[in-house]
Amino acid sequence: MLGFALRRLVQALIVMLAVALIAFSMFRFVGDPVNQMVGLETSIESREALRESLGLNDPLPVQFARFIGNAVQFDFGTSYQFRQPVADLFAKRIPATLELSFTSALFALIAGIPMGIYAGLNRESWLSKLFLSVSLIGISLPTFFIGILLIFLFSVTLQWLPSFGRGDVVEIGSWWTTGFLTVSGLKALILPSITLGLYQMTLIMRLIRAEMLEVIRTDYIKFARARGLSNRVIYLRHALKNTLIPVITITGLQLGSIIAFATITETVFQWPGMGLLFLQAVQNVDIPVMAAYLILTAFLFVSINFIVDILYFLIDPRLRVKQA
Amino acid sequence: MRRSGQDQTNPAARPVLNRILDSDLTHSFLRSKVTVAAATGTLLFFLAALLAPLIAPHDPFDLAGLSIMDARIPPVWMEYGEPRFLLGTDDQGRDLLSGILYGLRISLIVGACSVFAAAAIGIFLGLIAGYAGGKTDALIMRIADVQLTFPAILIALLVDGAVRGIFGNLDREVFSFWILIFSLALSFWVQYARTVRSSTLVEKNKEYVQAARVTGIPSIIIMVRHILPNVLGPVLVIATINLALAIVTEATLSFLGVGMPSTQPSLGTLISIGNDFLYSGEWWIAIFPGIALALLVLNVNLLGDWLRDALNPKLR
Repeated sequence: MLGFALRRLVQALIVMLAVALIAFSMFRFVGDPVNQMVGLETSIESREALRESLGLNDPLPVQFARFIGNAVQFDFGTSYQFRQPVADLFAKRIPATLELSFTSALFALIAGIPMGIYAGLNRESWLSKLFLSVSLIGISLPTFFIGILLIFLFSVTLQWLPSFGRGDVVEIGSWWTTGFLTVSGLKALILPSITLGLYQMTLIMRLIRAEMLEVIRTDYIKFARARGLSNRVIYLRHALKNTLIPVITITGLQLGSIIAFATITETVFQWPGMGLLFLQAVQNVDIPVMAAYLILTAFLFVSINFIVDILYFLIDPRLRVKQA
Repeated sequence: MRRSGQDQTNPAARPVLNRILDSDLTHSFLRSKVTVAAATGTLLFFLAALLAPLIAPHDPFDLAGLSIMDARIPPVWMEYGEPRFLLGTDDQGRDLLSGILYGLRISLIVGACSVFAAAAIGIFLGLIAGYAGGKTDALIMRIADVQLTFPAILIALLVDGAVRGIFGNLDREVFSFWILIFSLALSFWVQYARTVRSSTLVEKNKEYVQAARVTGIPSIIIMVRHILPNVLGPVLVIATINLALAIVTEATLSFLGVGMPSTQPSLGTLISIGNDFLYSGEWWIAIFPGIALALLVLNVNLLGDWLRDALNPKLR
């Protein structure tokens, strides 16, 4: 187990180093950092002084090492467009993105798992077929268009829910803000979470359905039936347990996608999170923010992959036997 | 799809058309009503895009023909609708139906070009990785692994931003198209590379490759003339499925404002324009291009799913 975890850890570190190298090259070679920081009327001498003080005349490996050293301490330089430390910009926006992503994942699981179980057990019923057709449409609709449709229906036409922003937020501690504690905050979460979670929901539903179809054909389920256990116990205790292994993997990996696709959802709903910040950075070629976003998301993805791998190892005894 | 022995012993005896009509692929195609419908739908979309200049009632790029008086006219069946504009007009008085037809054209061209470019990069790197092996293989495949941890849309956004940073203030009207194709190709090459590499690994140990090598043919010719034709099958399937994905990604980038400019609108750009008017009640400017996009993607997806299942021997 320890060896397995260590190997994964080394792999994760290599990936992070590679990503850091890409982020560093973007920062160093896309446009000139000095030109971005000073005004047009700055003299050549003071430009050179700034260049020297930023360490841009040092050998590249030294610069890269310093870049990593700073990144580990969450120092990503100053944003070109906001003239503020990148780390502060992100700190203000991380809560919004994490709350949105968490709610979407929860929605995907709570709606997807029961729908998948039902569709797997009642293959021929019209409701299962409806679920499947809807999920096919859900996969084909681009995320941003789902958002637009929801806004059109629930905000513009019915005027039930807000179409932009987080509503009222409450501050917790020095920097975390939450929308979970106010009515308008919760209302503002509904449409973006559905938009973001719909694709994941259809994915989980299809996965559970396929796994259920497979599991209920196995011998141990037949045996459980022969023992006279009730359907309820067979399906929810014995069958569901074994369908959950791939679900955990996929959900874990999809958590990364959720955070990435949050960029789109946040743009549609003007949600003040990291994704919206990143998109503004792309539009204005704000390289420090782009580089920081790249490193932060890479870190999230790599950590999630690592945790999923370890969980998988703990849940599936077959993997442990092979290792031993 | 090759059939059993009797066909191969005397292939010339049967006309080619008959063999195509009698193949497993055709049978599986005709058996599935959904697939036939999806193929028809896809074909219609391609035809509409191809013939857009002929069938569109107006030319949305003809600035002289536009009048601001025609702006934001609702579809013909609504109050104040005009028969001249079947699906209404956008904020500049462009006919929405014509806009959608031309947008479809741009979406499909960008989608097809980027799939082609991604496949070219992927096949090239996959062939080299598989054939050369060793350190080259390890390097290319590690890069692929790192990239696979990120969703394509993020990579496309990053590449798009970086390219525009490197080249400064390029003329967006001219270069948006190329930047888009470049970023989409860089986001989607991995799948092709992995597939081509694994089939190359199998092919390179077969006798015909060994024979070619013994006769002293250069590696590059062995790769291109001998191995390449034998590893292209799965690439076709990936390309079909990726076409839908590329169209959606292009639309998303355009919607986010880093794709096609509003002077050459793709479907995504049209939706993005319409999004600004959603709140003032002019819903048709965003919704109709969106429906066109969704139908196109749905049809291509269904076709790709069928192709994947039909060509996958495991599922037979």
